[in-house]
Amino acid sequence: MKFISKYRRHKFATPVLLLVALSALGFTFSAATAAPNQSAAAASARSTLIEEGKEIFLKGCSSCHGLNAEGAAIAPALIGVGAASVDFVVATGRMPMQDMSQQAMRKAPVYNEEEVAALAAYVASLAHGPRAYTNEEIEWERDGNTAEGGELFRNNCAMCHNFAGQGGALTRGKYAPTVMGVEARHIYEALITGPQAMPVFNDKIITPEEKLSIIKWIKSAEAEPALGGASLGRVGPVTEGLLVWTLGLGLLIGIAVWLTAKAR
Amino acid sequence: MSKELEPLADPGLPEHVHRKADIDPIAAKRAERQVAVLFSLSAAGTLLFMYSFFFIKEDLFVFIPVMGNTNAQQLGIGLGVAFGLLFIGFGAVHWAKTLMPDQEVIAYRHTLRSEEEDRGEFVKAVKIGAEEAGLGRRPLIKRSLFAALGLAGIPAVVMLRDLGPLPGNSLNETNWKTGTKLVTDPGERAIKASDLEVGGVAQVLPELAPGKKRTLEDIAKDAVLLIRLRPVEFQLTAERLSWTHEGIIAFSKICSHMGCAVALYEQTTKHLLCPCHQSTFDVTRAAKVIFGPSARPLPQLAITVDADGYLIAKQPFTEAVGPSFWERKS
Repeated sequence: MKFISKYRRHKFATPVLLLVALSALGFTFSAATAAPNQSAAAASARSTLIEEGKEIFLKGCSSCHGLNAEGAAIAPALIGVGAASVDFVVATGRMPMQDMSQQAMRKAPVYNEEEVAALAAYVASLAHGPRAYTNEEIEWERDGNTAEGGELFRNNCAMCHNFAGQGGALTRGKYAPTVMGVEARHIYEALITGPQAMPVFNDKIITPEEKLSIIKWIKSAEAEPALGGASLGRVGPVTEGLLVWTLGLGLLIGIAVWLTAKAR
Repeated sequence: MSKELEPLADPGLPEHVHRKADIDPIAAKRAERQVAVLFSLSAAGTLLFMYSFFFIKEDLFVFIPVMGNTNAQQLGIGLGVAFGLLFIGFGAVHWAKTLMPDQEVIAYRHTLRSEEEDRGEFVKAVKIGAEEAGLGRRPLIKRSLFAALGLAGIPAVVMLRDLGPLPGNSLNETNWKTGTKLVTDPGERAIKASDLEVGGVAQVLPELAPGKKRTLEDIAKDAVLLIRLRPVEFQLTAERLSWTHEGIIAFSKICSHMGCAVALYEQTTKHLLCPCHQSTFDVTRAAKVIFGPSARPLPQLAITVDADGYLIAKQPFTEAVGPSFWERKS
């Protein structure tokens, strides 16, 4: 206490005290307001996103999937499917469905990226499920291995999606779509969620690195030029055979007719 | 007698019509030029081939209507060879048709049988030849010749051996033994039951003893598809249900029809489809055939888990995997 009484009339006492008091006030204020403000801002942004998503859901999806995404006779429940599923089916235009046919097909997306993110946030808020990915997160170019990806593709994907990734027929009008021109994040999300008839390939069965390899192989197949020009759909002997049997045989018949025609 | 048929008069040959090139020297000259042009096109084709092979960059693509972007070198090589060969043929045919002699020749038919006299002469000549060769007098030559001729036929028979050896029991056996671990294909990682989620599949192979190398023949018999469903979805007999583990069921991937790899699993319908002939199997009913030409369900592999939780085979396949064969037991 002697210390205080000795210096309290010192000429620097007032400015120092003022500085200390002000800094203490400032720090307390920033500690009290800034930190909770940040998380509160994020939380409120997320809840706004969820609110927006719910809005879109109620307008665009609930007639089939139910007001609380609980599902109905014509559509499955979406509780627990996660943001990955929503991002895959909505951003590729598969949902909302064009018609109640065998399978939702790829088309121009109805919702833009922000609306998809909002919908995904809403569905993800219902229950835990696989999260959505961005294309930047999926570093297939850096971490993938094309040769390994090819082996994985032939073993796990080629039976449905065709050995050149062109897609193929399944039973009763269903089909496996082509994987050419699909965004990396959608391939990744399809693998982890198993949309529609496709089975799930989770990270224990096909590791995340192996998934990147598969994507890298798909991208390399996509970039492969058609040396012969017309690739005839890259589906192998069916179109090639059709061409040979019609155009090729027709040409041969024409030559045979010319050979036996008498010159005038 | 008026109804008696008149023998049909021989109409004879139609009058020979001369070609333009036969009667008109200008037309002949024109035909000559046409043939020369066709042969020159062939030469141009060969030159195009040489040029494309040596001078066109292999990554150059050109746009061709209908065909799309086409590799210029491949196109040049293909067209060059095609023109080179085709136009030689076209030229030769056009030459023969327009300029080569155009007489009509009559070939009369005769009886095929030779004159009695010639036939007698032939028999006599053969007899004299045999006499002079002395086969009757020299039995050693005769026997050794027949022996050599007979032996010469054997290699053809011996080469049939290359069709074998017979498969023995190998068609009835796979590398799945009691306690064999299931490993991923490719990757060769052991799988825990918890690794597979409902709706998921895994392509698996039996873990091989250390040092043993996996061959294509092994994979052709061992390939297995692992599928996880909700246990309530199964409609199996008690025995087959005991072959599953917490909803995980394993089937041979080799189609019981023609041996294609059956792995088109539809998560929505729980159907397995063979891509070759569309045989469809219902996974919930032990791969019962519900469509297509296959005669038998896919063999089911009994699985369980070991002490560490890894999936293992409970027992080997109880029947031969893959398509039917004569000695098949079931």
